[in-house]
Amino acid sequence: MGILDFLKRKPEPSAGVARERLRIIVAQERSTRGGPDYLPLLRNELLEVIRKYVNVDVEAVNINLERDSGHEVLELSVALPDGKPASA
Amino acid sequence: MTEIIVVTSGKGGVGKTTTSASLATGLAIEGKKVAVIDFDVGLRNLDLIMGCERRVVYDFVNVVHGEATLKQALIKDKRHENLYVLAASQTRDKDALTQEGVEKVLEELAKENFDFVVCDSPAGIEKGAHLAMYFADHAVVVVNPEVSSVRDSDRILGLLSSKTRRAEKGEAPIKQHLLLTRYNPNRVEAGEMLSVKDVEEILGISVVGVIPESENVLAASNAGVPVILDDNSNAGQAYKDTVARILGNERPLRFIEPVKKGFLKRVFGG
Repeated sequence: MGILDFLKRKPEPSAGVARERLRIIVAQERSTRGGPDYLPLLRNELLEVIRKYVNVDVEAVNINLERDSGHEVLELSVALPDGKPASA
Repeated sequence: MTEIIVVTSGKGGVGKTTTSASLATGLAIEGKKVAVIDFDVGLRNLDLIMGCERRVVYDFVNVVHGEATLKQALIKDKRHENLYVLAASQTRDKDALTQEGVEKVLEELAKENFDFVVCDSPAGIEKGAHLAMYFADHAVVVVNPEVSSVRDSDRILGLLSSKTRRAEKGEAPIKQHLLLTRYNPNRVEAGEMLSVKDVEEILGISVVGVIPESENVLAASNAGVPVILDDNSNAGQAYKDTVARILGNERPLRFIEPVKKGFLKRVFGG
């Protein structure tokens, strides 16, 4: 660092921000990658059916597709609310 | 056996063609018989970087369409007799290349006893990029320490493990090599640029080489001489190390530590 450097404005270190942003977006994109295109649609329709009986939130339904050698497992988990069931 | 290496990245302008030219030349220096193919139909550039642009008579699409033989279209490198260039066509027809056509050319190169075929992929994830990676045994994913390039590389790594012949046939997966280019150790130290470790951690794969940002890369492309032939440049030496690693030899990473400034520069800055 030279004695004249204080005259220049120093840029904020930004690599840390880049690293954190990338970690999040890459993880998110990996989780949906390779899954069939119908998954989001399936999720919504399942949610509609479940809502006929239980009043659940969009975030309460979790769909996960796992691949093992030779077979795929579609995992569906629904977090049910504590309250009473919705009136049908 | 002929090994097919795709040089790809997703994002444009990160150094795919520079890398293809240097990698192919480096393999040829090591005594391998090498062909380097430009898959960027409509935007031919490998010929310029290799310095053979005035000797292109027939191109890749001519061979696929049977308008020329492979022998006629392969341009022999002036500097290395076991190195050949196959130029991309300048046609605007994006469907000029077909999977069958590419396969036929690669099979013919195998019959001619080529050790390596380097496929220089176009940017993007469209047909040209897909064809460049489809038959590959190795992939060199070129990435810059910059957010959009890193994200696109992750996308490409996903495609390499799902949309290639090896993946579709359930064979051993493509060997993936991450090549970090335009690296500036001083900016990394200042916290202005993602580090080698950052990129490796985010992508979950270790680097096969780190090419420092260098003025010599532009000088080399200006002259039409692959930068690996510039022994005085750090970038050229880093490419030589990378070629050695791809051939299975161990080499320590160089040029990833900041260059200390001299006394005058420390006093007066700059």
